[in-house]
Amino acid sequence: MRGLGTVVGYALRESLRRRVLTVVCLLTAAFLGLYAWGASAVFDEVAPPAGGLIALDTQVLTGATLLGMAMFVTLFLGVVLAVFLTLGAVRGDAERGLLQPLVVRPVGRRTLLAGRFAASAGVCVLYVVAVYAGAVVITGLIGGFWPGSVVLPAFGLAGAVVVVVALTLLGTTLLGTTANGIAVFMLFGAGLTAGLLGQIGDALSSPTLTNVSDIAVWALPFEALYQDALFALTADIEGVTGVLVQLGPLGGADDAGALLWVWAGVYALGAALLGARAFDRADL
Amino acid sequence: MPPALATHELCKRYGDRVALDGVDLEVGPGELVGLLGPNGAGKSTLVKIACGLVHPSGGHAEVAGAPAGSPAARAALGYLAELFRFPGWCTADELLGLHQRLAGSPGASAERADLLELVGLSDAAGRRVEQLSKGMQQRLGIAQALVGQPAVVLLDEPTSALDPAGRRAVRGMLEELRRRGVAVLLNSHLLGEIEQVCDRVAIVARGRLVAEGTPGELGRPGGVEIETAAGTRSFSDAGREDVPALVAGLVGKGERIYAVRVVQGTLEDAYLRAIEEAQR
Repeated sequence: MRGLGTVVGYALRESLRRRVLTVVCLLTAAFLGLYAWGASAVFDEVAPPAGGLIALDTQVLTGATLLGMAMFVTLFLGVVLAVFLTLGAVRGDAERGLLQPLVVRPVGRRTLLAGRFAASAGVCVLYVVAVYAGAVVITGLIGGFWPGSVVLPAFGLAGAVVVVVALTLLGTTLLGTTANGIAVFMLFGAGLTAGLLGQIGDALSSPTLTNVSDIAVWALPFEALYQDALFALTADIEGVTGVLVQLGPLGGADDAGALLWVWAGVYALGAALLGARAFDRADL
Repeated sequence: MPPALATHELCKRYGDRVALDGVDLEVGPGELVGLLGPNGAGKSTLVKIACGLVHPSGGHAEVAGAPAGSPAARAALGYLAELFRFPGWCTADELLGLHQRLAGSPGASAERADLLELVGLSDAAGRRVEQLSKGMQQRLGIAQALVGQPAVVLLDEPTSALDPAGRRAVRGMLEELRRRGVAVLLNSHLLGEIEQVCDRVAIVARGRLVAEGTPGELGRPGGVEIETAAGTRSFSDAGREDVPALVAGLVGKGERIYAVRVVQGTLEDAYLRAIEEAQR
């Protein structure tokens, strides 16, 4: 793996010089600004907790819902970043003649792929953690809602984008740029749909729908990690407020347990190894 | 000392299509070999196999004694693809620096300055690739191929985007590489260029090596022309050794001789003849 640092540095410089990160940072700042504005307006309009038969904590309900939605947007933006950083890294760059001068160097194909993975995953993890942290701080300062666990949801989001980076890199060893982009976004959509199916299955008490959702979500573990992150966000909220919040703003929350992390790691590693194998065998 | 590049029974099939069909080729250390052939003959496939970009279906290739595609083989070669592109965001100097690090070259800034001077781009070191003309990018590509002082350089159509002055400059560079003892496999359609600079020429057609030799060996004699008072007399089957007898015969018949020319076949003639024979 000699030369890994060089490849990582090259990929990072490429992101900076092509102004990908500049554009992303500007758009993210706009998102967080709008989020702060929206959160401020919503918290101003929400009535404070009132006594009664149903002890509903409106501040907590509002804060958790807003933060859950912000997490969804964070994941979406992270996935967009992950896809655009890597969707043409192999086939796309080979078709444009960018890859061949690098591949003939002694560092080797696996090092090139590992470098692209490390750089893209690093950027995406930092990005989603930063955006999530921004949303947490905004929600806390404006509405006074602080999640019981701040760190676990960040891990979930980070894990989800790493899985997407691994899938996109696998895709780029097999498909051209456009086809790979379409394929990964369709997989992301399938994960979201599976989450919604599970939510509907829970609401209708349909074991079939719930089972289909569970299988699909584990087959696409970025969705399972997102659901686990949502669960960590709202796990300590009790009573009626907790029940309402755990219905989840989008896709629902689910405690997947430690096994999910093992599975996600094996899944990402498997995708990376399959990608490396396909890249090794490819004629460029 | 092993050959700079050697292929043995090299084959490549893409599905039903045969791109290479048992090619044996050798490029000696410091030798400059031209690779000729029509479009689709398999020249680029051969070069890509030597670089490790394409996997052979049969046979094998070696670069400086190491199997093609192995780290040792890749460390010993430089390559400029026919359809290459460099990232537009980096400068000429940064690009060479990147390739130095990837190649493990200890040359540092002195090597980069030397290579940029060799290809006439010293003034463009700080310019981004996207600001360079196609011809300048091609010269930068040649400099990139020379990073790390490789034992063999594989150049696939290195002058396709160059004007006549640029082509002359590349010929000068090739002469300089020969002086430095670097072996070169030059894949080009420009026969005149190959005839001028190459020690040896290999002609590939339909995936097979159909002719090989020095430009002089390949361009066999094309007859004798004798200018007489009655006009030019041509003897298409005659060679240099036939000149005295031909002249004596004509003088004996009372002809006045003004000039005698031994017609030498060109590389173009040899190339077209080899391709024609391969297609029969």
